[in-house]
Amino acid sequence: MHFKSLAVSEPAELIFGLAPKPVTTRSGMVIGGGLVYPELNFTLPPISIEAGTMPEVRRNYEQIITGALNRAAELDVPGVVIEFETLPPMTGHPAWGLDIVKILLDGMEREKDRSGLKSVLRMTPNDNREFERPPLLRRGRYWEAMLELFEGSAAAGAELLSIESVGGKELHDKALVNGDLAASLFSLCILGERDMRFLWTHLKRIADQHNAICAGDTACGFGNTAMVLAEQKMIPRVFAAVVRAVSAVRSLVAYECGAVGPGKDCGYENPILKAITGCPMAMEGKTSACAHLSPMGNLAAACCDTWSNESVQNIKLLGGMAPTCYMEQLAYDCRLMNTARASGEESARQLQRWLVESDVATDPQAFIISPQSSVELARVIVAGDSHFHAGAAVARKAVDLLRRAHADGKLRIAPNELVWFDNMQATLDELPESESEFIGQQLALADRSCFLPEEYGLKV
Amino acid sequence: MSEEHPLTQAVIAGRRKDVAALVQQCLDAGEKAKDIVEKRLLPGMMAVGEKFKRNEIFVPDMLIAGRAMKEALLVLEPLLVAADVKPEHRALIGTVEGDLHDIGKNLVAMMWKGANIEVVDLGVNVSSAKFVQAVNKYQPELVGLSALLTTTMPAMRDTVKALRDAGLAVKVVIGGAPITEGFARDIGADGYAPDAGSAADVAVAILQAKK
Repeated sequence: MHFKSLAVSEPAELIFGLAPKPVTTRSGMVIGGGLVYPELNFTLPPISIEAGTMPEVRRNYEQIITGALNRAAELDVPGVVIEFETLPPMTGHPAWGLDIVKILLDGMEREKDRSGLKSVLRMTPNDNREFERPPLLRRGRYWEAMLELFEGSAAAGAELLSIESVGGKELHDKALVNGDLAASLFSLCILGERDMRFLWTHLKRIADQHNAICAGDTACGFGNTAMVLAEQKMIPRVFAAVVRAVSAVRSLVAYECGAVGPGKDCGYENPILKAITGCPMAMEGKTSACAHLSPMGNLAAACCDTWSNESVQNIKLLGGMAPTCYMEQLAYDCRLMNTARASGEESARQLQRWLVESDVATDPQAFIISPQSSVELARVIVAGDSHFHAGAAVARKAVDLLRRAHADGKLRIAPNELVWFDNMQATLDELPESESEFIGQQLALADRSCFLPEEYGLKV
Repeated sequence: MSEEHPLTQAVIAGRRKDVAALVQQCLDAGEKAKDIVEKRLLPGMMAVGEKFKRNEIFVPDMLIAGRAMKEALLVLEPLLVAADVKPEHRALIGTVEGDLHDIGKNLVAMMWKGANIEVVDLGVNVSSAKFVQAVNKYQPELVGLSALLTTTMPAMRDTVKALRDAGLAVKVVIGGAPITEGFARDIGADGYAPDAGSAADVAVAILQAKK
């Protein structure tokens, strides 16, 4: 593994607002340098995106950025991260995406001139590569268009580059609904690792050319899909929690390729990554219920460096337009964390403890990303000699941590989930030691109609 | 119908390796293929579905039971074809144009199959023209439309309109994270499933009302 030791080895130091390797933006925000910043993300209301509707699309983004930044300035926030996560047609037609980038950057500049508000734009093109089925990950029009958008955005002034990459997802969805931990490992630690290395090598080149920052990736389509399916009682929560731990091995690859944070907000595996890399991390929790439910609304904030709402439609609420309302909520969440830090180290640690204690016993996933567990899991990952071995080892550790926590009365787990500990352990016990043997086994089992091994550099 | 029968129990427990022999035992005892499906296999799947609704088991458990049932059907299929026995209902399902999300759609397809509905899955990013074409080809009674993005909700409206404009009397059920019952009504859909778990009940209610 690239990272061989932990940047943060004490759970108490895996804390909000502070990262061993802070990121300084052009506007002077120091992310991970002592303050938690709000990170706002937004999407359109129901509207098609096509050439004819682009004027209305533009109006929406203009309205969003103006309203939200005005409110941020009124609330005296020390700085804001604006995340532009494109919708599929905006990646498919990079000119449309770049139109919006310009609108957002202009709005940020206007607000800086008006009130002095610092801000930075995180550019997250939707990963359209899976529009091809099986996905073409290294070639083709979707790949080309996505790189064009990254390149154009960085050139235009988008400073933080991120993505929710999809490599491996075409097999992972089935792994989740089948409760198949071995297939999940294959998707995350073999396929995902290879795709991310390829992708992030390209993104690093783009970032370097334009003085931009490789921020980070997320296993959203993997860990969050599992988390939401567990919330809907489709799959066991303990399985989703173990998948989350394994997903950290996949997301880590971005940092191995030069990402420095802030990690992407929906990466609930980010506490593990922060412990390993020391990079600042975006997190989301209670204030992202507008996008999806989660079982760890407070705990997720325990070690955040930016605090996000994940996504909200630009619709009218009683308080105002939803992105403006969410900016306010994020601002107050951050103000509390920053006040705690300003009151001294012990106050910050007290708030961190409360954030953790409020959720940690209620759900396996919350338990897994608590500072205590994150450090333990991170330690196992850096001890691995390959991503496959790190993935298998962290899965074993996660099963062990959850099982012990339940046995000790520290974690509530539904009785019908307990059998899954033995199921997962049996799967892990049967894994071959050799990575090539594991790949051979999984290639033989995989539905080859939905994935192309050569897109991952695998030879059959 | 009885859940006590060994074949039914094997389906419930997902004992895939046992079902072929148990099906053969039923055939040897003179049971007709259609009766084996209706009185032995489907009660097993229904029992599994009930356990799922009561949150006693999870989707992976249902899939294990489904694979056991599939094993049984492999034995019975030639006999069912010979006797011209077909599933009672057929449905099409797909994620609408511009949208790639398919796990919810796949779960709904699974639930529908468990309710003895034959399902033709058109995949993701399916245009309204392709839905119309597929309805003409497969003649389903029900079409399921899925969308996860607010910006692909209009494609649902387009698809329902295209089906109606083509004069196809098929029933349409829609679902997905941003979808509401009001939106379903607004675009002229016949039903709305708030989640995959309830999709089978919604489909069965619509199909029964259609009879």
